Amino acid sequence: MIHYLLFFIFAAFAVAGAINLLAQKHPIASALSLIVVMGSLAGEYMLLGAEFVAAIQVIVYAGAIMVLFVFTIMLLNAGEEEHSRGSKVAMILGVPAMIAGLVMGAWVLVARDPANTPVGVGAMYGSAHDIAEQLFRRFLLPFEITSVLILIAIMGAVVLARKEER
Amino acid sequence: MVPLAFYLVLSAFLFACGITGFLIKRNIITIFMSIELMLNAVNLSFVAFAAYWKVLDGQVFVFFVMVVAAAEAAVGLAIIISVFRTRETLNVDRVNLLKL
Repeated sequence: MIHYLLFFIFAAFAVAGAINLLAQKHPIASALSLIVVMGSLAGEYMLLGAEFVAAIQVIVYAGAIMVLFVFTIMLLNAGEEEHSRGSKVAMILGVPAMIAGLVMGAWVLVARDPANTPVGVGAMYGSAHDIAEQLFRRFLLPFEITSVLILIAIMGAVVLARKEER
Repeated sequence: MVPLAFYLVLSAFLFACGITGFLIKRNIITIFMSIELMLNAVNLSFVAFAAYWKVLDGQVFVFFVMVVAAAEAAVGLAIIISVFRTRETLNVDRVNLLKL
């Protein structure tokens, strides 16, 4: 029972944050609601027993990446979003189509799931030790390749954001 | 014990919110945040399936998605800064040199 309660609390926060991200006009407000979404998703990961993923969700996503976003917003002095004329067709067709698609997808997933198996807490091994066992044995090559990727990304970011001297 | 389907529905909703933001937003930074939201939604699916099948591969994959997202955020924000330097705007409707 407590699992349902916690799931719905975190899910409500995530949904509210996602909708607020769409509704807000100012990028800073959108960034803050995205942090709410990421924090509540970290709670969902804890419910699923994925401790390590929950920790790096908070540290990497809500910490590092969002700080980068907020710094960029402040650096570029981003103001309120300008309105552009929205198409009528999008409002008339798009919104009902999206709601219908979501409801149908949700119905198929919830009602037609043959197993409807609960996802348990504690039945899962998601500690840093278990992840590391996988990461440094089976996934060693992809792990090393990500280090090359990050090196390239650092160099690319420095080259792109550098002031051009002329 | 929450059914797997609930997690998948939440993930689908967050992904749909990300797509909607990507389509309706005009500020390039907010569009970028919508992409991050979609990546988060997919991560939730990965972790839920990892817990469902009782294998850790999903969580390792989430780790790689986060690494790629971090690299993408760094490069993407650098691109946004250099677009702002040349075009003096963050509105994607004004970045239209390729338009006929």
